[in-house]
Amino acid sequence: MTSERNLRMARLLVVALAALAAPFVVMPLGSQMSYILDMSVIFCIVAVALNLLTGFSGQVSLGHAAFLMVGEYVSSLLTLNLNWSFWIALPLSAVVTGILGFLIGLPAVRLSGNFLAVATMGFSFAVPELALKWSGLTNGSSGLMPLRPALGSYVLGSDQAYYFLILACLVVQIIVIKNLLKSRTGRAFQAIRDSEIAAQSSGVRVGYNKALVFSISAGFTGIAGSLYAHYINFVSPNDFTVQDSFLFLAMIVVGGLASIPGSILGAIVINTINQLSSSFGQYSIILVGAVMVLAVLLFPKGLVSLRVPPHARKPRHSSRGSARVTREVESPDVP
Amino acid sequence: MLWQTILSGLAVGSLYALSAIGLVLIFKTSNIVNFAQGQMAMLSTFVAFQMLTRWGFPYWLAALASLVFALVFGFFVYIVFLSRLKRAEVLSQIILTLGLYLVFRGVAGVLWGNVPFTMPAAVSTNTVHIGSAVVTWYQLFIMIVTLLLMLVFYAMFRYTKTGLAMRAVSQNQQAARLMGVSLTRIYGATWAVSTALGAIAGLLIAPILFLSPSFMDSVAVKAFAAAVLGGFSSLPGAVLGGLVLGVMESVFGFYISTDLKSTFVFLLIIGILYVRPQGLFGTREVKKV
Repeated sequence: MTSERNLRMARLLVVALAALAAPFVVMPLGSQMSYILDMSVIFCIVAVALNLLTGFSGQVSLGHAAFLMVGEYVSSLLTLNLNWSFWIALPLSAVVTGILGFLIGLPAVRLSGNFLAVATMGFSFAVPELALKWSGLTNGSSGLMPLRPALGSYVLGSDQAYYFLILACLVVQIIVIKNLLKSRTGRAFQAIRDSEIAAQSSGVRVGYNKALVFSISAGFTGIAGSLYAHYINFVSPNDFTVQDSFLFLAMIVVGGLASIPGSILGAIVINTINQLSSSFGQYSIILVGAVMVLAVLLFPKGLVSLRVPPHARKPRHSSRGSARVTREVESPDVP
Repeated sequence: MLWQTILSGLAVGSLYALSAIGLVLIFKTSNIVNFAQGQMAMLSTFVAFQMLTRWGFPYWLAALASLVFALVFGFFVYIVFLSRLKRAEVLSQIILTLGLYLVFRGVAGVLWGNVPFTMPAAVSTNTVHIGSAVVTWYQLFIMIVTLLLMLVFYAMFRYTKTGLAMRAVSQNQQAARLMGVSLTRIYGATWAVSTALGAIAGLLIAPILFLSPSFMDSVAVKAFAAAVLGGFSSLPGAVLGGLVLGVMESVFGFYISTDLKSTFVFLLIIGILYVRPQGLFGTREVKKV
């Protein structure tokens, strides 16, 4: 028990050190590398958010590209048109996207699996169309140009400084989601994933909780969208298409469903492959598609399944850890 | 004017219906939603295009080759990829077909580039007057081909042994297997036929749109919408769903806005699924505990 805890702490320490050292190692390698690093962490936020929805709660979404764009536009419009500070616009983009996610999540209450994928896929098509059409607000295809945020008088202009802002958001997100999953609400999400009927007969409000998890997942994705907009400093209707929604799903499936380390691993792997190969044009999507296909056929439980979790060897029965043990030892069973 | 809008809606709608039937066929027998269907249709259409314009074959031969290619292609995709998924996990299936979507799109981009081509049509696009409406021969041709295909399909399901086996598999896999039906063969056949249906839709719609690796995207999303509208497990539902969608979209485009068609389709899907999660013609799935 104690050795296991030590092992966990040691692993966490290594990951933390690696995350803190990453920009100083990677960024001297050139601007493309620092771009890949920053984008990887932004996509980590999206992947963790999507895994909360898909891996932990069993609902598929092909609409996260659209949530990302909503976050971008909300944050850009608030800072540019209303001159609000980025530090207010960032959480507000989460709130607006979260409310939208709740509305999209309402039909999800009655849908599952393929039907939900189709319904949310429509959202990924609709948002770019609306952004293009509603040009009075969004400036159409000419786009918006939000600025890098500043801390007091210090502008986070360098990729290195911005990296730590994104990393901080990711860490806060992981802490929130980890605690959420241990709470009554989080257990309700997982109960719904395992069996809606069993959850309902145990007094879980299935409809409300399904819409709620959609809303939380969308909210975090909105934060990623805001971070992206102020990082790239350009927002246009073509930023994220339905193909990006595919990539987000690929991230969590390649990394590992219902696993936060899996989401992070998957986001880094898929994003790096995608960006590094982007100069090869069409070959890039062939490569990414092939990785998705091979990952599903060869490692159906994701890359994280390749390592044996320490507590998988001897199951614990303490009341505190039981939720986590069942989550990681048993296969994530997504209906 | 309204009649004309409805007629052109029916023509487009029958193309949605064809693609939707392909989706529903696969879903009914193997419970898989094939997200790569549009891309497979796109590749098959490019095969016809290649023979027609680059190698100078006559239209009927090119179309036939495209259909044969689609049949083999669909069978191959099922045998090589989908049949290898051991457990029927919905998410793995979705990811697998999405991965194939990207691969097929990339392959088409490598082979033919992203410049849109003009695809020759099977019949002339001259106009003809029906009552007060003006439609093209091509639109009539599309509707007639669709109608004929539906009849062929109905007959195939009703009267042939393969059709009977497909119906049996969609009702109860275990029982069908015990009666000596080979699941692999039936699944493979379903994939082949569905891909061919998509290819026909692609061949018919390519002259209206431009031919490019992404030209089936908008059709594919509407085929999904049509299938959802019809309940995803009902073939007549898919046909009606496609026609209803085509007409509504056409009327919406004419009277309100053509730029917001996808948004309209999306709102329609969400709205219908909210009121009737099993679609307009689907049967409610009863879960046994």
